[in-house]
Amino acid sequence: MPELDPAAPVEPPLIPTTTLEPVDLVAAVEGPEPEAERAVRRGRLGIGGTAALFWLFLVVALALLAPVLPIDDPNTSIASIAKQGPGTEGHILGGDGLGRDVLSRVIWGSRATLLLAVSAVLLGLILGGALGLIAGYFRGRADTGLTGLFDVLLSFPQLILAVTLVTVFAGGGVSSTRRMIVLILALGVVSIPVLGRITRASTLSWCQREFVTASRAIGARNRSIIIGEVLPNVLPAMFSIALLGIAVVIVAEGGLSLLGVGIQLPTPSWGNMIAEGRSDLRDAPHIVMVPTVAIFLTVLALNYLGDIVRARFDVRESAL
Amino acid sequence: MILRRLAHLVIVLFFVTLFVATLTAMLPGDPVDAIAGFASPEQKEALRQDLKLDDPVYVQYGRWVGNFVTGDLGNYYSVTGGRPVADRVKDALPVSLQLMLEAQILALVIAIPLGVFTAYRAGSRFDKGANATAFALLAIPNFAIALVLAYYVGVRFGWLPVSGYVKPSDDLVEHLRRMAMPAIALAVGQIAVYMRLLRSDMIATLQEDYILMAKSKGISPSHVLWRHALRPSSLTLLTVAGLNVGVLIGGAVIVEVIFSLPGIGTLLYEAIQARQYIALQSLVAIIAVGYVLINFLVDVLYAVLDPRIRHARA
Repeated sequence: MPELDPAAPVEPPLIPTTTLEPVDLVAAVEGPEPEAERAVRRGRLGIGGTAALFWLFLVVALALLAPVLPIDDPNTSIASIAKQGPGTEGHILGGDGLGRDVLSRVIWGSRATLLLAVSAVLLGLILGGALGLIAGYFRGRADTGLTGLFDVLLSFPQLILAVTLVTVFAGGGVSSTRRMIVLILALGVVSIPVLGRITRASTLSWCQREFVTASRAIGARNRSIIIGEVLPNVLPAMFSIALLGIAVVIVAEGGLSLLGVGIQLPTPSWGNMIAEGRSDLRDAPHIVMVPTVAIFLTVLALNYLGDIVRARFDVRESAL
Repeated sequence: MILRRLAHLVIVLFFVTLFVATLTAMLPGDPVDAIAGFASPEQKEALRQDLKLDDPVYVQYGRWVGNFVTGDLGNYYSVTGGRPVADRVKDALPVSLQLMLEAQILALVIAIPLGVFTAYRAGSRFDKGANATAFALLAIPNFAIALVLAYYVGVRFGWLPVSGYVKPSDDLVEHLRRMAMPAIALAVGQIAVYMRLLRSDMIATLQEDYILMAKSKGISPSHVLWRHALRPSSLTLLTVAGLNVGVLIGGAVIVEVIFSLPGIGTLLYEAIQARQYIALQSLVAIIAVGYVLINFLVDVLYAVLDPRIRHARA
């Protein structure tokens, strides 16, 4: 053992300390991959993720601030801008078939669309999550029953189930509020089995870990194990699927509107703007294209972030 | 395996039909008012007798299933009297099936070569471009694709007619011309899903020893890809193609409405608009039962094609 001499120059360690950080083997073999792709694979934000977050932040901020923004009233018609394309003076995105400002409608429309999407997914997340936790934790008969319930709910094409529920419970001539509540309930019900299944699968795998057994061994109650030990670990999986779920509901709102059972006018929504603008597609395609682009960018951003969260927490798609 | 699947099928079919059969009972208020709000009190009483809405639920359920199985899908109600729903379904069903089949074929024909090639050249610029494009395509709702196509291809350039339907037996070329845009609108999202799926399965297969063996024997790369690697890689694709029928059905309903194709989706739209609840009930039943049966067939087919599953999960 050499004596330590404080004056001796510190020799560089044989292995540079930097290699103690994980080596990117893929990069070593295949050469550097584009930054965006590497970010997704490792669950980091990267340029794409930052752009996605920025877009969502913008959309949510505009939706929340709509009442104080210096924009026209979404339901006031100005005859002179009817069907005028983007770039019309004072109306950046032009006017719709009835001469209402498209920019204002797309911002106000985001409120209804986002309210619906977030509420419905939250409902599905709470109910589906609770059922999935129960099925995965207790297994046995509860699991058989709940898995059966998910199977039955999934045996309807989702959009058709939603259309049916909305038509039966808020078919026509109902108030905007009632339609909105029924839409939230219907799309919430539709998302229960999807979120329930992923929660169940994730719960099953976490319940086999030592710390859960340890909690059981020291006599913790089932409820406190589920809430204290299992739930925090299952949340990332639920969250990543919930992001995709919000995207799916935004698209579904468009589909429902085209079938005449979406968010009800006069409340503007992205979906009913598209449905209404369809009759002017020939002369004024921008009425349809503006909300369509808004949906596309928002769904793209949500999918991208969902993928990042999934990669980060290693949520396997096979568990779906 | 098949027996267990059959039992599962029966249970699911029971709950699905039970839900659909009790839809009219779930209508808020008096169902007769909802079904035929325009009718006089006497007509309503007659309708109530006719639909036997006062019977217990299980009797109504049994009768509904009996009617459905024998092809009695109820009536459209209007001031001028009832018209059977089945008459229109008979003409509409082939249209929807053709649309979905053509979209599915189109999607597979484009996705399979893309999936094989991107797996073969994984990491190449083409692979990355194709993957990024697929990711973007997944974010475009099919109604958006339909509307963009309708505007550019249909209106702006006038290459294809934007609406209407021609039977393939009447004029095949005209049929394909009319179905092209609806089928493309439906297929785009599926192409992205199938391509990504096949690519990842193919990459795994190409790591197998027998592929190395085939290559070392000097068999040409394309022969190895198409003859040796594709078949074992396509099982997941097959399952997903089957499961995706649900997405396809939902999409087809909307695409039919956009392109005015006289299919089940358009009937559904009309039933919603006119609040024809009996027709809605029958149409939803046809869609849901069809979907359940297709999933069952895919499951069975999957087991037949892959002996490992036939034995492992028995």
